[in-house]
Amino acid sequence: MTLPRRVPLSAALRYRGGGPMWAWILHRISGLSMIIFVALHVLAGFGIQQLGSDWAIWYNTLYESLAFQLFIYFCVIFHAVNGLRIIILDTWPALIKFQREFIWLEWAIVLPVYALTAWIMIQNSLGG
Amino acid sequence: MKPRKVPTPGWNFEYLMWLFIRISGAAMFLLALIGFVGALAMGARTQMDLGTLMRWTFFPNPNHVLNSNIVDIAPWANAYWQIMQLAIVFFGATHGFNGLRLILEEYIHSWGWHMFLRLVLLILWLITLGAGFFLVLTS
Repeated sequence: MTLPRRVPLSAALRYRGGGPMWAWILHRISGLSMIIFVALHVLAGFGIQQLGSDWAIWYNTLYESLAFQLFIYFCVIFHAVNGLRIIILDTWPALIKFQREFIWLEWAIVLPVYALTAWIMIQNSLGG
Repeated sequence: MKPRKVPTPGWNFEYLMWLFIRISGAAMFLLALIGFVGALAMGARTQMDLGTLMRWTFFPNPNHVLNSNIVDIAPWANAYWQIMQLAIVFFGATHGFNGLRLILEEYIHSWGWHMFLRLVLLILWLITLGAGFFLVLTS
């Protein structure tokens, strides 16, 4: 039941929503990525086990590559922490007063957790 | 310009899915925590690299740890972990396909297309659930 809004792209790009806007965009991109890639990964698992399909082997090889793992891991961590922020703000609406601080807190959790994991993953893939 | 139709507040489909998204999100946090702690308790500290531990955390399936240097695979494959996997597949696929539906319906404004997309997503959701459940129960 969305309202049909006619916002030209130029106006949309000029909109400065700040932290919450970028969180919303990243939540959307990471969610889309995960449902597409993880659903295909499940189907590829079925394809390898039951049919031995070439596309499934190709897809899982791609899925296991370092670049892909780094991307999907960012999606998982960001989507999880941002989702937790949304749950908290929806459950206790009074906290919306501090929504900017919540964004900073969110990045303060996501960035170190992601950076540490990415560092270990890159080191391992280099044979460290 | 005629006024837009607003769904009546209460236990309608959108409200139930709104609630489900939040509950399933929190449930996946809990399931990931169980997988993480369970893997560590079963000796992941010495038998796993980080990537394997993460694969076990997000989907505790023995196929995910098969290629790792694990001496005995038996503790990683039992009914308890199968139930955890079924829960993760169900919550994950349902959460994700509902999210896909929400995004698509925000950019497409025709009722006919909404119904068509809902049918397509329902079929894709059932296929993914079927494949996922089959993999869990046969591995």
